[in-house]
Parts: sequence; C-alpha cells; structure tokens
Amino acid sequence: MDQLLQTIKDGISMGSLYALIALGYTMVYGILKFINFAHSDVVVLGAWLSLVMADTTTRALGGAGAAGAPWWLGGAVLVTAMVACGLIGFTIERLAYKPLRGSPRLNVLITAIGVSLFLQNTGQLRAVFGTNPRSIPPLIHDATLLTVGQVNFKLLDLIGFGTAVALMIGLDYLVFHTKLGRAMRAVSHNRVTASLMGIPVDRVISFTFVTGAMLAAAGGFLWALKYETIKQPADSSWVLLGLKAFVAAVVGGIGNVRGAMLGGMAIGLLENFGSAYLSSSMKDVYVFALLIVVLLVRPGGILGKAVVEKV
Amino acid sequence: MLEVTDLRVNYGAIKALHGVTLRVNRGEIVTLIGCNGAGKSTTLRAISGIVRAAGGSITYEGRDLAGLKPHDIVRLGLVQAPEGRGIFSNMTVAENLELGAFIRSDRDGISADREKALTLFPRLRERLDQSAGTLSGGEQQMLAIARALLTRPKLLLLDEPSLGLAPQIVQIIFRIIREINEQGATILLVEQNAHMALKVAHRAYVLDVGRIVMEGKASDLAASEDVQDAYMGRKRAG
Ligand SMILES: Nc1ncnc2c1ncn2[C@@H]1O[C@H](COP(=O)(O)OP(=O)(O)OP(=O)(O)O)[C@@H](O)[C@H]1O
Ligand SMILES: [Mg+2]
Repeated sequence: MDQLLQTIKDGISMGSLYALIALGYTMVYGILKFINFAHSDVVVLGAWLSLVMADTTTRALGGAGAAGAPWWLGGAVLVTAMVACGLIGFTIERLAYKPLRGSPRLNVLITAIGVSLFLQNTGQLRAVFGTNPRSIPPLIHDATLLTVGQVNFKLLDLIGFGTAVALMIGLDYLVFHTKLGRAMRAVSHNRVTASLMGIPVDRVISFTFVTGAMLAAAGGFLWALKYETIKQPADSSWVLLGLKAFVAAVVGGIGNVRGAMLGGMAIGLLENFGSAYLSSSMKDVYVFALLIVVLLVRPGGILGKAVVEKV
Repeated sequence: MLEVTDLRVNYGAIKALHGVTLRVNRGEIVTLIGCNGAGKSTTLRAISGIVRAAGGSITYEGRDLAGLKPHDIVRLGLVQAPEGRGIFSNMTVAENLELGAFIRSDRDGISADREKALTLFPRLRERLDQSAGTLSGGEQQMLAIARALLTRPKLLLLDEPSLGLAPQIVQIIFRIIREINEQGATILLVEQNAHMALKVAHRAYVLDVGRIVMEGKASDLAASEDVQDAYMGRKRAG
C-alpha cells in the first residue's frame, strides 16, 4: 500500500516535470514542424541560472540557507530564470531559426543540433557554469505536511507539483481561450491562411518560442529544487531528460498541447511503476517501449490526429 | 483603387506571370478568368503579399504594396478568401469567424458584422460550435466568405468561390457576392466558372499562361465568341 502510494506520488511529481518540458517541444513542433533539439539545453540553462541566483542571493543574505531566505526568494528566482530563458529563446529563434524560414526542414534540424552543442559547450566554460556538478542551496524551508503510512508529503513536493500544474493551466488558458492562443493555433494549422487573417506570423512564432523556453526554465528550476545536485551542462542525463520529455510529446500527440501534458504524466507514472514493480535497472526502457507501442498502435499519439503526415 | 502594372512572378525557374496589368475601381466587381494554371491564384497571392513580385508594381489606394507583409496588407482593408477555402479545420466555426475579426478590436462593430454575415449564411449559425472540418464543401466556402467579411474588407479578393459546389450553392454564393458588393465592398473575383462570373461582374480580364489576353466590359466578353469557345464550353459549329 505504501509502495503504491509512493510510486503514484513519485510518478506524478516526475510526470509534471516531463509535461512542462514536453510542452516546449510540442508547441515548437506544432508551429514550425521541426524538433527543437536545443530545448533540453534551455532546461539546463534554467536549472543553472536558478542555482547561480540562489547561490548569490543566499550568500548575500549571510549564507543562512533556507532559514534565512525570505519566503518569496524561490518565486523570484523562478520568475527571473523564466524571463532570462524567455529572452534567450527569443534570441535563438531570431538568430538561428528565423533566417531558415522556408528552407528544407533538414537544414533547420541540423541547425537545432548546432544550437544545442553551442549551448552545452558555452555552459561548460569556466566563466559560465563549468564542468563540475554543484548543489543549489535550499530556497525554501521544507517541512512535512502530511504522512500517510510511511509516505511523506512535503512542502517542496507540493510547491513543485503546484507550480507545474499552475503553469500548465495557465498555458492551456492562453492557447484555448485567448486571442493570442487562437492566433497560435491558426499559425500552426496554416501559416499562409493565418497571415491572410492579418495575424503577424513571425511575431506569433517568436512568442511561441519564448513561451516554450519559459516553461523549460520552470522545468529546470523545479528539477534543481527536487534533486539539489545539478549535473554539468553537457551531462548525458540532461539529454535523456530532454529525450523523455520529447517522447512524452510524441506519445501525447506531437503538436497537441494537452497531449504533451497527458504524455508527460503517463511517462512519469510508467517509469516509476516499472521501476517499483518490475526492475529499476530498466527505468528508461519502459519509456521507449511505450513510444514504440504508441507509434505502432496510434502513430499520431494519444490525442493526435490520425492522419499520416506527408514527408 | 487597385492598380497592378506589368506584374511578374516566378516560382524558382518557373515563370508564372509574364507581366499582368489590371485595374479595379472602387465599387466594382471585376473578374479574372482563365484556365487551370493560367496564373489567377498567383496574381491574387502577389497582391496579398504571399509571393514576391519579380517585377512590376501593385498599388492600392495610391500606396505601393511592395515589401509589405501579408498581415500589413490585410490591415489596409485588402482581404483575400483563398483558393481551397483555407478554413481552420482544427477550430470551430465560431473560432474561424473570430479569426476573421483578428485585426479588429471594436467589439460592437464585430458583433454587428458577425450578425450580418450569419444572416447572409444562416447555415453557419446552426453550426457555430461545430468543428469547421466537418462542414460540407459548400458550407466551408460560405465560412471562408463570412470570415473574410468579418475582416471588413474594402477590397475583397475571392479565389474560385464556386469551385466544386453544386449548382444551387453556386447560385447562392454569386447572389451573396453581389450583395456584398452592393453593401460597399469592391470585389476582385477569380473564377473558372466564366459563365457565372461574367454575369455578376462589371468588368473582366482573361488570363492565359501568365498574360492578360483580353479585357473589357463583362457583358461584352460574355458575348465574345473567343471567350465563349475557350471558357464557356460552347462548341464551335462545324
Ligand atoms: N508553389 C508553386 N511552385 C511552383 N510552381 C507553382 C506554384 N504555384 C503555382 N505554380 C505554377 O504557376 C502557374 C500558375 O499557377 P496558379 O495557381 O496561379 O494557377 P491558377 O490560374 O490559379 O490555376 P487554377 O485555376 O488551377 O487554380 C502554374 O503553372 C503552376 O504550376
Ligand atoms: Mg488557382
């Protein structure tokens, strides 16, 4: 019973992170039809920026750690990381992808790999984040809110999950209930027709990138909060995180915002149930097995359209 | 109102337009007819800024449109309902209409225009919450026109609004084109259905492989033997 509850809790907690990151993949794919390989590097950036900010501010406050940190510090770090990554997302799109509008998709894909390598290597510079893992000082004084059996529900769990869910609800509202969201869906459906409605297509694309990057930053921040120790920017675990989030987007139906959220949750739960009840050494295998099954049974993803895409 | 002079457009190595010159005066319905591949859609795409002109000029209300983005051109009141309807099939009928009003923020004006459009096309009113992808071809065409009306066009470009529609629906569409014109919008109508187009239009141009080969009053063109032979399906006797 305890194990079941613990597994569900871990699965949802991890799943909400995957979902947050998957949204960026799916939004960019939906609008530009390419996989933004640099997306996971924006997650890394979000995590490391959070670390650096947490480090500097807590030090400035006398190094008292979470006890000395004001209650709003975590929120301030999150918002700053999101804004910074949003700006970087904007710059990446403007400098790397926009000049390729209308080029073959392969060119854009290769460029995305280039951007990813650039970000990884810049991050490794000693003057930037370096090549050693570091720990983020606690920003929030954790406490156990509730204990069921032997499963603890802590404040940090609640904050992590709550933030992810709030951001997803916000995004869902933006996409499905605002004029801007309608414009985003129009551009993703057909760019030319959207422009004939008077929609400034390039600006909508920029905005989509910025939103995806901001969600990635939030994912990075929550990751840092959850794991405390942050691997160096080019560590392969980041690539795996990005890959799983991408799988989540595909499983949910690439291009579909609600699908990405669903896919993220599904993968988080699957991974944790597999590790808890089957074998923990095969943790990653379950995720990719699910990908294969979904691609075979429902190639468009769970919420995706059942159409075959012309390549 | 619209002045197209010696317009040339290439798609890579393919020359689609070799110097098209045409004029649309305020208040008119002008039709551009021609066979498949003549370059009719290309002409409209160039006017809307979707494809770049390789030469010549497009002037609208005395203003050169060169270098303007499609969305800037829409804001000038030059609106296109594209070929193949171009509705957003992933959204509802209501959302499609709202996208037509994307550039506007006058709430009262929008709901008045929406009401007007739904009165023209009562079928759309019954289907407001239905996904636009599930509409029939004729209904989709109605939606495309209604949506363009919500943009409040001064000059409306229509690309083959009758394509693939049953004769009764074609009648309805053409009646509405005339109504829209009588309510003040100028119309440039691209059609393969030369018979209907020449009936509704004031003036006409005939496009053939990227060139204007004939122009004049619509009634004169409709009476011309060449036009009847080539575009209205009349069989030459003997
Ligand atoms: N994107 C494109 N790339 C290459 N060639 C194109 C493209 N679009 C149109 N063409 C070519 O340009 C010419 C004119 O095409 P256009 O679509 O303007 O014809 P149209 O008169 O609208 O024909 P239809 O009545 O069939 O719609 C055709 O020869 C067509 O093959
Ligand atoms: Mg055409």
